[in-house]
Amino acid sequence: MVSRLKKFYMNDKIIVPVIAVVVSLFIAAIVMLLIGKNPFIAYGALIYGAFGTEGALINNIMKATPLILTGLAVGFGFRAGLFNIGANGQLIIGALLATYVGAHMSTFPFYLSIPLTLAVGMVGGALWAAIAGWLKVARGAHEVITTIMLNYVAVFIANFVVNGPFQAPGGVPKSPEIAYSARFPDLLTTGATWLSAGIFVALAAVAVVYVIIEKTKTGYEVKAVGLNPYAAEYGGISISKNTILAMAISGALAGLAGTMQVMGVYYRYLGSLGGGMGFDGITIALIGQNDPIGIAFAAFLISSIRTGSNQMQIAGVSKNIVIIIQGIIIFLVAANRLVKSLMFWKKGAEEA
Amino acid sequence: MNAWIQAIINVFINPIFYKSTLNQSTPLIFAALGGVYSETTGVVNIALEGIMLIGAFGGVVGSYFTGNPWYGLAVALLLGVSMAALHAWASIRYSGDQIISGAAIILLAQGITGFSLVELFGKPGSTDLVRSIPLVNLGSFEKTPFFGKIFGSLSPLVYIAFASVIFSWYLIYKTKLGLRMRSVGNNPEAADTLGINVYNIRYFGVLMSGILAACGGAFLSIGELGQFTENMSNGRGFIALAAMIIGNWSPTGAMWAAILFGAASAFNDQLQSQGILHLATNTQYLFGMIPYIITLIVVGGLVGKSRAPSADGIPYIKD
Repeated sequence: MVSRLKKFYMNDKIIVPVIAVVVSLFIAAIVMLLIGKNPFIAYGALIYGAFGTEGALINNIMKATPLILTGLAVGFGFRAGLFNIGANGQLIIGALLATYVGAHMSTFPFYLSIPLTLAVGMVGGALWAAIAGWLKVARGAHEVITTIMLNYVAVFIANFVVNGPFQAPGGVPKSPEIAYSARFPDLLTTGATWLSAGIFVALAAVAVVYVIIEKTKTGYEVKAVGLNPYAAEYGGISISKNTILAMAISGALAGLAGTMQVMGVYYRYLGSLGGGMGFDGITIALIGQNDPIGIAFAAFLISSIRTGSNQMQIAGVSKNIVIIIQGIIIFLVAANRLVKSLMFWKKGAEEA
Repeated sequence: MNAWIQAIINVFINPIFYKSTLNQSTPLIFAALGGVYSETTGVVNIALEGIMLIGAFGGVVGSYFTGNPWYGLAVALLLGVSMAALHAWASIRYSGDQIISGAAIILLAQGITGFSLVELFGKPGSTDLVRSIPLVNLGSFEKTPFFGKIFGSLSPLVYIAFASVIFSWYLIYKTKLGLRMRSVGNNPEAADTLGINVYNIRYFGVLMSGILAACGGAFLSIGELGQFTENMSNGRGFIALAAMIIGNWSPTGAMWAAILFGAASAFNDQLQSQGILHLATNTQYLFGMIPYIITLIVVGGLVGKSRAPSADGIPYIKD
């Protein structure tokens, strides 16, 4: 009986996001038809742009690297019952600190400067997120509002820093470059694109988060607080400690995402470095159902759509349609009972 | 130091500061009121940010295609209500997670406005200039010293915002419908037992929040300049939520908090433009973060003292 229930639940865990993705792509296709574009050509261009060439594939993996991490960041938060909408801000602060430290690493050997820069980026993100965790437990402020406000503050801090105290001369506002010893080695180079070792850091993070959630006491406590904080506290688990800790871990993952961009892509802090990766992390966590391995797959799905969207834009469909697709996916996952009611073949089993 | 004191005094004696406060508060008042309607009935609505954005876009589109900015406002309201209806549908009919659904609406609004911007106006970033809603000119009053400069020519939406506060206060606290809204937000089971249709009342609250937040968005785009720029709501929906919390979920409280935020923002702008301070150009970023830090401080500092409706954010599932 229990195993059958579990199977049922596992089933929904996969089916709901799959239906959400399919339905959203279908709705986007209707939108394309309405503006007189051929969705088959557009999606064909998207697939070609994401997988068609070696360069496309490398770009795709490079894009997936930070997305896996922001997806893990948001997903870990969800497991603890926290909606960390501030991965973007944590990513920025992490990247900024990592850049600062990385820029001063020229006299260090790579085996010291790479781990040190990584660590600083994670600590930066963790501390930034912990502010929201503290405000929640000490003051009862909802993390959605505080993390969003911290996003804006982070953007302004970064802009201030790269337009003054930590600015490289010329062109767009940007920081000086980090030292060569603090950069990830390139694994593959094709034309103007390269594959950095960052992807292995991201995959290692998937494994580490999996172990934390499934195999450690910390993971158990964080999940318990997420599921039912009062029951957890009754069982001797501190809500405050675990809320701040979960925010910090979530922020560390987001900070690591920013650090990947610094150590493997731009080698400096650039204004546009964050992009919408924090928001992408929400989509990814929801598609991956907050499961680390699911998140890794979901991140590749979103990175493929994002990478391919450039080619789709050339084929005449604005990239912004990707944001609409993501919005629909999140909406459908939020209203998962709506999706379940679409599963007519299970109508008898499910009371939706 | 003296330069700073002088600069601050200069800001406060200049009527432009007060006028700017009114203008900056208006979109926040609309959106915060929207939050009050939605959350009074028990539905958390972080989608306000997205509804404002789509309202701002709708205003410009309507004005662009009809040449009449009032039709622009109508389009804004229509789009705003549609987005709110989506949020209501997911969170009331399908008892979905209200925060996640709200986040979806925000993304949808960004995607739809960004996509349509390119489709309709041919370029990303911003739209063409369109006709904005004409200002209310008070004629000779404008020549009155000081006050004439503040109230002489304001957007009618400024007056509508304040009128909405009074209307909402009356509706929520003095009418039968308001009583029903509050009971549904505090104890839906009891309300249901008394024969109140919980779902309908919640739909009403969320749809009203769509109308109001869209008004706020329309003010941003066609209230003065007559242009839409990408992501122009710029966090105001969230600041409005903070205003609602500080205002203890009451229309008048939310209004005062919105004015506080508006004043902080106006003060910021005016202080930066004081030549005697000789500010470096990158200090604009330091000033820019102040409203957000204030929001953090007040949300962190006051939230314990204000009280949300008891059933706020909890889907109601009828047995």
